[in-house]
Amino acid sequence: MIKKWFKSGDPWIWLNAAAVSASLIIVLGLLALIAVKGLSHFWPKSVMQAQYVQATATNSNPESLRIIGEVHNQEEVTLEALHGMGVHLELDALTATRILLKTGNRDISGADFKWMLQPYLKDEQYPENIVVLERREWGNFYGFLKSVKSDNKTVASEDTAWQELETQLERAELIYKQIREIEKDDIGSINYGMEQIRLGKRRLELEKEDTPERIQKLDLERKQLEKEYAVLEQDLKKLYKKFNRDSIIAETMSGQQIEIPLSKIVRAYRPNSLNIFQKIILYFEKLWEFVADEPREANTEGGIFPAIFGTVMMVLLMSVLVTPFGVIAAVYLREYAKQGAFTRTIRIAVNNLAGVPSIVYGVFGLGFFVYFLGGNLDQLFYPEALPSPTFGTPGILWSSLTLAILTVPVVIVATEEGLSRIPRSIREGSLALGATKAETLWRTILPMATPSMMTGMILAIARAAGEVAPLMLVGVVKLAPSLPLDTNAPFFHLERKFMHLGFHIYDVGFQSPNVEAARPLVYATALLLIAVIVLLNLSAIYIRNRLREQYRSLES
Amino acid sequence: MTTNTNTTETKTHAVNLKSLGREQRSNVLKNETTCISTDNLNLFYAEKQALQNVNLSIPEKKVSAFIGPSGCGKSTLLRCFNRMNDLVDGCRIEGKINIDGSNIYEKNVDVSELRRRVGMVFQKPNPFPKTIYENVAYGLRLQGVKSRRVLDEVVEKSLRGAALWDEVKDRLHESALGMSGGQQQRLVIARAIAIEPEVLLLDEPASALDPISTLKIEELISELKDRYTIVIVTHNMQQAARVSDYTAFMYMGEMIEFDNTDKIFTNPSKKQTEDYITGRYG
Repeated sequence: MIKKWFKSGDPWIWLNAAAVSASLIIVLGLLALIAVKGLSHFWPKSVMQAQYVQATATNSNPESLRIIGEVHNQEEVTLEALHGMGVHLELDALTATRILLKTGNRDISGADFKWMLQPYLKDEQYPENIVVLERREWGNFYGFLKSVKSDNKTVASEDTAWQELETQLERAELIYKQIREIEKDDIGSINYGMEQIRLGKRRLELEKEDTPERIQKLDLERKQLEKEYAVLEQDLKKLYKKFNRDSIIAETMSGQQIEIPLSKIVRAYRPNSLNIFQKIILYFEKLWEFVADEPREANTEGGIFPAIFGTVMMVLLMSVLVTPFGVIAAVYLREYAKQGAFTRTIRIAVNNLAGVPSIVYGVFGLGFFVYFLGGNLDQLFYPEALPSPTFGTPGILWSSLTLAILTVPVVIVATEEGLSRIPRSIREGSLALGATKAETLWRTILPMATPSMMTGMILAIARAAGEVAPLMLVGVVKLAPSLPLDTNAPFFHLERKFMHLGFHIYDVGFQSPNVEAARPLVYATALLLIAVIVLLNLSAIYIRNRLREQYRSLES
Repeated sequence: MTTNTNTTETKTHAVNLKSLGREQRSNVLKNETTCISTDNLNLFYAEKQALQNVNLSIPEKKVSAFIGPSGCGKSTLLRCFNRMNDLVDGCRIEGKINIDGSNIYEKNVDVSELRRRVGMVFQKPNPFPKTIYENVAYGLRLQGVKSRRVLDEVVEKSLRGAALWDEVKDRLHESALGMSGGQQQRLVIARAIAIEPEVLLLDEPASALDPISTLKIEELISELKDRYTIVIVTHNMQQAARVSDYTAFMYMGEMIEFDNTDKIFTNPSKKQTEDYITGRYG
């Protein structure tokens, strides 16, 4: 009976199906975990207020502390374990619930998170007037709004304070945008121009062509820039004065009153008074901030736009470098090289290159590209900047090149396969019309092989977008001051260091000063990294399919 | 019949052609000017000899058919005329092939130029994955023709020449891969005649097509023979009888007999030919 069953092949089918479903479940489970953990982080949670009464046998009249915070996590601990920690709880159950409360106010209490024992919590409630302030420094503030001050005079208190805060916050936000614009864009490009002038002077000196006229011309330009800077500085001063006009007085959970300047507040909301639609709007606001803004507070707050930008730009640069290189190599190997032991050896070598651990490429990139190539480029073309390196230091160009070398075998293999699939009759047809081999290649064979080249590129992108290890050696940094693409000529600054989503995960997850706060960001960043890779791949696949459409009937 | 006698016979044939000179030749090709002639052509694929001492004069502006059993070397011989065999690794040629009196296997011959003069159509239709228009214009574009007007003109003329114009004139800019097999084969012929070759080599042009398409190709061949020297390889003896003026019978890499088609099919001078024609082998 069993024998017959085995003979029928059914167990084999079941086994195959089981393997497929197992992989599906793993993938979906992984995605779901990352998505849930990452996306739930941005949901505005309710803020709890409770009395923390640490009643013990010896102390019959314990003091009652007011605590305010978001419930972040909870777990069961055995009483025995608590006993070992010196906490003596008398309960009927064997375990007690412990909750992790995000109490914020790091500037006052020193820590963002606190573990609290559930049995000690009394009188839990969710007052509507608790405010959450997201700040540029020191993390969130939780507490009660007392009054709003303008020019050191109280303009609103208690009931009207919240409305006043909202309007003044909008104003502050507008001023902040102006300040950022001046600081980052205008002063940024003035600084860039000044640096260029300094380098220009130094270059003239080095080339012994520092004639007085030339120096004078540069000095004139410099003066012009300085004048512009002086104007901007005045503007800034005025803006800052306006910016720092308002502040609020707020009460913390311990009843302490503190003053917080409005300029330090990014966002204010009262989570307990929000209805579901307001919460959804706030959720998407926060999500958008995460995708489109720059990081704050050692990457644990704010957005990760520079990392997204860096990842995408690095991958695109890599594909632009790797595709022509791989295609040319494949064309030579398949079309021109005499097939024999030598080409076979090359093919084996190329295939094995794909298996070399990526960190090895990182080491190679650091040694060859950064120090050797970059160092020599600096000597030749940027002597005026020395001893500070221009290209002789990790940067986005070297990262792309390193990853291009890492992925070139994939492109070669895919292109070669595509070339070998083109029917002989097409080549003969072209040659019979008087085309030379090169003309046949350019006019017929290569266009027909484009889908395969795209396949190679897709595989290369998939591999490159996920690599982090080699990048740490050749160009990725925790926080890049400026993007590798901006409005200052020559626009592409390939020597600059950049931020990368993969490295960001590592940095936030393992190097962060605030582990609890960073953990959800790890998931959110991972989700975004996956989304970026999927998006890059989908667009490449879309292009390939459109190309393939043209040649479909030939492949049958 | 042993191979030995076979060879001797062919040799005699060759000798006859040579020694009898004009008389023999005029007998075979009465009043015809020679377009392609081979002179003791031997061809080797690595160690294997595929053509043995082929001597042949193909007349200008006539249809000549090569028949013979599979593997007898007729396609190989055809592919010698535009040096397509150069692409085969290990292929070696001895002897001469003259087209318009000059040896095409001389060292200084420009192969691309030769192939422009000697067009070829293959067994399976092989249109490029481009539009119908671009397929026909391919050869001209290779020669650097850019003028839209010239291209339009030649494309129309060639498609008309290949009896395809009326069927495709409304979809010139659609992919050639959407056409039927017969249309594709006529497109390939149009592509070949667009560059005005002198000779058109057809390698079993109808063997992959249905009977109606085959008929159309055959009609086309008879129309084209006024302007081109046509050499056609075919498996189908009826086809050879229908379309050709002259027929060559090949066997085991040798040219057994080349004569008027009527004579080959009604009164062949070699017994091997007669055996093949009457279906005794092959």
